[in-house]
Amino acid sequence: MKVLTTIQSRFVPVNIENIDTDQIIPARFLKATTKEGFGKNLFRDWRYENDDESKKIAHFPLNMSQFDGEILVAGKNFGCGSSREHAAWSILDYGFRVVVSSFFADIFRNNALNNGVLPVQVSDAFLQRIFLQDNNTELTVDLEKQTITINSTGEQEYFDINSYKKTCLLNGYDDIDYLLSIKEDIKQFETQRA
Amino acid sequence: MSKTLFEKIWEKHIVKTIDDGPSVLYIDKHFIHEVTSPQAFTGLNKRGIKVFRPQQVVATADHNVPTLNQHLPIKEELSRKQVEALIQNCAEHGIELYGLGHPFQGIVHVIGPELGITQPGMTIVCGDSHTSTHGAFGAIAFGIGTSEVEMVFASQCLLQSKPRLMRINVDGTLNKGVVSKDIVLYILSKITASGATGYAVEFAGSAIRSLSMEARMTICNMSIEMGGRCGLITPDEITFNYIKGRKFAPQGADWDKKLAEWKELYSDANAIFDKEYYFKAEDIQPMITYGTNPGMGIGVTENIPTTETINENDRSGLSKSLAYMGLQPGSPIKGQKIDYVFIGSCTNSRIEDLRMVASFVKGKKKAANVEVWIVPGSKQVEAQAIQEGIDKIFEEAGFMLRQPGCSACLGMNEDKIPAGKYCISTSNRNFEGRQGAGARTLLASPLTAAATAITGVVTDVRELLN
Repeated sequence: MKVLTTIQSRFVPVNIENIDTDQIIPARFLKATTKEGFGKNLFRDWRYENDDESKKIAHFPLNMSQFDGEILVAGKNFGCGSSREHAAWSILDYGFRVVVSSFFADIFRNNALNNGVLPVQVSDAFLQRIFLQDNNTELTVDLEKQTITINSTGEQEYFDINSYKKTCLLNGYDDIDYLLSIKEDIKQFETQRA
Repeated sequence: MSKTLFEKIWEKHIVKTIDDGPSVLYIDKHFIHEVTSPQAFTGLNKRGIKVFRPQQVVATADHNVPTLNQHLPIKEELSRKQVEALIQNCAEHGIELYGLGHPFQGIVHVIGPELGITQPGMTIVCGDSHTSTHGAFGAIAFGIGTSEVEMVFASQCLLQSKPRLMRINVDGTLNKGVVSKDIVLYILSKITASGATGYAVEFAGSAIRSLSMEARMTICNMSIEMGGRCGLITPDEITFNYIKGRKFAPQGADWDKKLAEWKELYSDANAIFDKEYYFKAEDIQPMITYGTNPGMGIGVTENIPTTETINENDRSGLSKSLAYMGLQPGSPIKGQKIDYVFIGSCTNSRIEDLRMVASFVKGKKKAANVEVWIVPGSKQVEAQAIQEGIDKIFEEAGFMLRQPGCSACLGMNEDKIPAGKYCISTSNRNFEGRQGAGARTLLASPLTAAATAITGVVTDVRELLN
């Protein structure tokens, strides 16, 4: 997994609430057997009219040249619905490393963390402050300090993350490495309960 | 100390807990399917390791399979390759596969319970959010991502933080024409599509206890639609009678031992929940959704909300939702013309659902403007329906009985609803494009869907019941 420490970047605002994983990546694109290449279909049906790549929907932020960066900012309850990890893969593959929202669905949060994408949960008020910034504004997400800052105004908020997951992201470790390292404990657990 | 049902099961499955971090949770059963497993197998192969406990893994093909002509090769190349990858991966790792053509094949959340694999007190995972279905047996069952599928393959464990606990009580007697799907759509309309995020949800109360196992599964199935990590119901005599005698149910002395353990699985009288809701069964009428998340539901005789009348959670999304759905705020949903009727999915494709529909439509004919797809949840459900003559009733009504699979629930396989068309569906999600790009989904019970199939417009089933 890719290490994540500090991200300083402009952001892409998708100011919509309850964005479900079917919008992030529609089911018809889940037929691959690898993790790569999902970025081009991120938010597919919001990006293109009638599934036609030549017909970009001009007002969707991913199609607006003034928006760019490694940070996606979205309305509350981001990533609800299906457990498809393809949603996290498509966000990463598109080039985002951080998703900011005021609320995340559980499974998406785990899937993101397992792929080196950091979900940053902020207050509703702070989220609205970000949406009010112009498109040149940069945000700084500092995982070590667990802070997110609007660089132009200096406004800052602290965010929560499980300390185990934080260590994993800062070092690029994944859960499987850890679980494989405690195989003997697991076998012992199996024997005891039998 | 008093404990909840969830805590009793959780504590028995903790291998160890990381300081200031998650717990290592042991997983009893792991279901897999073709869509969310291939990258996990690739991960294992890259590490050069095998599945740790293959005998605790059960596989089926459901998401990507056609529901007509299953004896022929899958036409769509990518779907076929995904199903072939599952066959190869299961063979390589020694995993039991109930694939296409097998008499046990079906939707993963239908076959687990019907084979007696799903049992009280277990921890169960699958790379599918509707794994919450299995919680109806008093199990901790939840959906996971593909990285987590790989973790369970590698170690039979997951790193998990304990969720908060919620209990939703529904007491009283259900009105005529109201079934378990209406209960869960009603709860969703009250607590919203994110109302249970971060919680394990126990469903309790006399109205829940009165339900059959299949009806309970419909409720737990949709606990994820509230954002719930999982949903559970205390196992009781109805649960035990359902399991007894099934293919993989415990037998003989083992049954007696298991039964004694299962009878200890309930929330103690003084157990504490972080949040608790109380609803009255009498307040529930046949429900239908009008919007683009499952919390956007109303009673079938009610009007679509306006920005003034809608709950705060859905206010900002209402106009976007209604524009997508082609519906007007403040107008009635009853009488809305429908193009497709889909009765199926892991929510409502079991034999009781098919019986309910058959007994209602017997002697009636579908409306000329609708196409009706009935998709059984498994080969066993299909066989049972044919044995009971239910297939004949459907044929006479003009309904098409297809073959088992996820079908039109998710717009992935061949079964899609065309753009702009209205589909009343017994599935679980009405998201934009869920049943196909541009498709418009109205979620409802099998009974409401059947009544709508007969009239061709959204119908209050109570008007057609004697």
